[in-house]
Amino acid sequence: MPFSYSIAVVALPLLMFLVLGLLDDRLGRRTAGVIGTVAMLVTTVLAYGVALTYFFGTGQGQIVDGIRQTVTVWNPAWLTFTEDLVVRMGIALDPIAAMMLVVITTVSLMVHLYSLGYMSNHEGEPEKGYQRYYAFLGLFTFSMLGLVVATNIFQVFIFFEMVGVSSYLLIGFYYTSPAAVHASKKAFIVTRLADLFFLLGILILSFYTGTFDFESLVGTGGAAARVAQGSAHGGTFMGISIMAWALTFIFIGGAGKSAMYPLHIWLPDAMEGPTPVSALIHAATMVVAGVYLVAKLFPLYVLEQGAMDVIAVVGAFTAFYAAAIACTQSDIKRALAFSTISQIAFMMTSLAVSSSDVALAVSPSDALIEIHGGRGLGYMASMFHLFTHAMFKALLFLCAGAIIHAVGSNENSAMHGLHKHMPITSIAFLIGCLAIAGIPPFAGFWSKDEILVACYAKGLGWGLWMTMVAGLTAFYMFRLYLLIFFWSDHKQHGHHAPADAHWTMTVPLIILAAISVVAGFVPAHDMVTWDGKPLHTQLDWTVAGSSVLVACLGIGLAWRLYYKENDAPERMKAAASGLWTAAYHRFYMDELYQFITHKVIFQCVSKPIAWFDRKVIDGTMNLMGTVTQYCAAMVRPLQSGKVQAYVLTYLIGALVLAAALIACVLI
Amino acid sequence: MELNVLMYLVPAIVMFGCGVYGFLTRKNMIAIMISLELMLNAVDINFVVFNRYLFPGQMEGMMFTLFAIAIAAAETALALAIIINVYRAVRNVDISEISKLKF
Amino acid sequence: MESVGNILVYCVVALVIIVCSVLTVTTRKILRSATYLLFTLFATAILYFQLDYPLLGAVQIAVYAGGIVVLFVFAILLTHKPGEDADALKTHRRVLGSVAALLTVALLGGALFTFAPLCGKALPADMADVSIENIGHFLLSTDKFGYLLPFEAISVLLLACIIGGVVIARRR
Repeated sequence: MPFSYSIAVVALPLLMFLVLGLLDDRLGRRTAGVIGTVAMLVTTVLAYGVALTYFFGTGQGQIVDGIRQTVTVWNPAWLTFTEDLVVRMGIALDPIAAMMLVVITTVSLMVHLYSLGYMSNHEGEPEKGYQRYYAFLGLFTFSMLGLVVATNIFQVFIFFEMVGVSSYLLIGFYYTSPAAVHASKKAFIVTRLADLFFLLGILILSFYTGTFDFESLVGTGGAAARVAQGSAHGGTFMGISIMAWALTFIFIGGAGKSAMYPLHIWLPDAMEGPTPVSALIHAATMVVAGVYLVAKLFPLYVLEQGAMDVIAVVGAFTAFYAAAIACTQSDIKRALAFSTISQIAFMMTSLAVSSSDVALAVSPSDALIEIHGGRGLGYMASMFHLFTHAMFKALLFLCAGAIIHAVGSNENSAMHGLHKHMPITSIAFLIGCLAIAGIPPFAGFWSKDEILVACYAKGLGWGLWMTMVAGLTAFYMFRLYLLIFFWSDHKQHGHHAPADAHWTMTVPLIILAAISVVAGFVPAHDMVTWDGKPLHTQLDWTVAGSSVLVACLGIGLAWRLYYKENDAPERMKAAASGLWTAAYHRFYMDELYQFITHKVIFQCVSKPIAWFDRKVIDGTMNLMGTVTQYCAAMVRPLQSGKVQAYVLTYLIGALVLAAALIACVLI
Repeated sequence: MELNVLMYLVPAIVMFGCGVYGFLTRKNMIAIMISLELMLNAVDINFVVFNRYLFPGQMEGMMFTLFAIAIAAAETALALAIIINVYRAVRNVDISEISKLKF
Repeated sequence: MESVGNILVYCVVALVIIVCSVLTVTTRKILRSATYLLFTLFATAILYFQLDYPLLGAVQIAVYAGGIVVLFVFAILLTHKPGEDADALKTHRRVLGSVAALLTVALLGGALFTFAPLCGKALPADMADVSIENIGHFLLSTDKFGYLLPFEAISVLLLACIIGGVVIARRR
């Protein structure tokens, strides 16, 4: 399949957005959904065709000398400011872009199909804005696809903003609910703050390197030269090279989207949106945009170890932090959201730790020229985990959606014992949990195992820490699973018993569950490597064995505590009540933000500025106005239109002049 | 007793003063025009008297008066035309009512 | 010495001028006001005759008394109902007008009495030839002391006034 089909892959969702958005109510609800889903199916088929051609086809410049190349399909100038400053918009395929095409279209198709059933009614009423929902899904899919195929970093920024907007629109889809409105605002503001840094980073980077294009930034021979050029021009700032600053800023932009600590606070709240949206945007695709961004610029990061260390520390901390919180959450979507944060942090950490082995292997000056085979395992693992995680996390969210749909609540206290009512959902959820916990042969095992190998390669401490987090992951996922589907059989579920949902909802679950089982066997090490060369990996039995052991320990603990109704969890909670409460309240990060924004920024910065603005600036303006008005009021009576008043004035003047004249003559 | 400049000019001054008073106090526009005529007339007398007493060999003062009378006639005719037109518009010749250029 | 007749005429004329001027601006009936103006103008005309300017006196009577006052009367009759009195003046208005007028009179009078001694006492016997023929020649002459230019300017002015008067007074 020619790569030019990738233009259609990107354009089709945009077309759907325009058609569904413009026709809106003129289309029937069912029609809009079916049109959107069919269009998405076509997009998916095309995207698979393009990706498979890229990975396995030949003859279109995909592989030269055994190295996978970046294929620029289409790259017209979009904004020509000056001869040197040209912003392009286009489509370029490289291994991770091709992989992301598959991920995005797969999850998006599943969500489109699933939403046909899920969104058909809302609290018993036919859902209003069904067409709007599908239009937004189209917009999001378009933006996300445009982001991953970007040819330059400016295009990435534009689509970064666009996915932010579609995320905002979809989180606030139930705009009559104040919680949804707040959540959408929060997501928008937090990510916007991060994007400010992203933009700063882009500006610094492109100012000192003179280009936006990925091809010239990170292409063969590009990165080292560009970094050298940037450092030579920019020098250092506060003892850190200007390129490190730029890359750190870009990472902050990515951290905002990918919900890294401390910019993670929007993601749990974003769960106010419809659950399929959470599956698509806040689990599988948009939130990994930050990881994707760092991966895209990976050759640059390799050369700035300082920036990579920041990412590694942030990632490792976030992974543990989010996992700890996930152990305490009672809202199943929020638990999944923290799990997502934790897993994305895994990817980030993996990327960051892998850079050191790449950098150690080669001296910075010829980092890309002397390509060293077998390095960059973390990069591959990160991208692989991105792929598998997208699948099983989308599966888990869609299962959660089905459960919420059946039960009508997000709290796991309202569920319990659903296994016998919803067997299909239960099994799908179990597969998702096994995948995320890293039990072979499910998808998560393979990718997580490689991440852990990369971490051990960085250092024993890193490896142990991440293994511990992996165990925690297994624990909280099974806690969630058991609390939903087991724990107690005697739970009353309203007037009608919950059951597996309509086929439009269960089919995506089955498909995604199947993918979650087999995705681990995708030969990622041949496909997505940072330098395009195949990586020769083999299972490290020590690491794999220990991680599986830890995962089983986590599962076992969860089983012991949550399989049957008992008071052990309560006793444990009481024993560590301080810790538990803190974790339940997400270690008070939201309160801290509230304090900083309301008490510090609003009180100490905004208020004085507002006062200055109102009193001094406005006051000056008002004073000028008042003075003018007053003077005008004084002058106005002179122009009364009363002829006699004019004459009197004239007469007085004439008399004074005459008197003066006479006086002059006399003297 | 001789009739001198002073004696001729005193009535002129009084007439001028009356014109000023009338112009400033009357509200009827026609009355104001009448006051204006008084003032003009007083000035005319001035011209003539000074011409006659100080420069008997010339006739500039007289000529000035002649022209002033002509101009006064023209001005009065025009002013009265305007007043009548205003009266048609507002049914009034009160000067205090007419303080706007457009109505 | 002046002839007694001359002095008598002067006295009457001066008295008429003063009294009628005052009455012109103080009467509350507008038609009477116009009439007093007429008397004032007549008296002024007599003054001109007395000062040996017969043409001026004639013009004063013909144009002022015959033309302008008639115009006034027409305008008054067009805009007033018969027997309509003007409202009594407000005190502050009257005081203001009086003060202004008295100030004017005082200033002019002061100047007059200051500078009067500079003027000649008696009426000079010899004077320019102010016969109508001579004046006519002057009006149309282009010599020194010729008044052709102002004469033509006045003609244009009068024409403009005629047209303006017609345009303004025309019913729309």
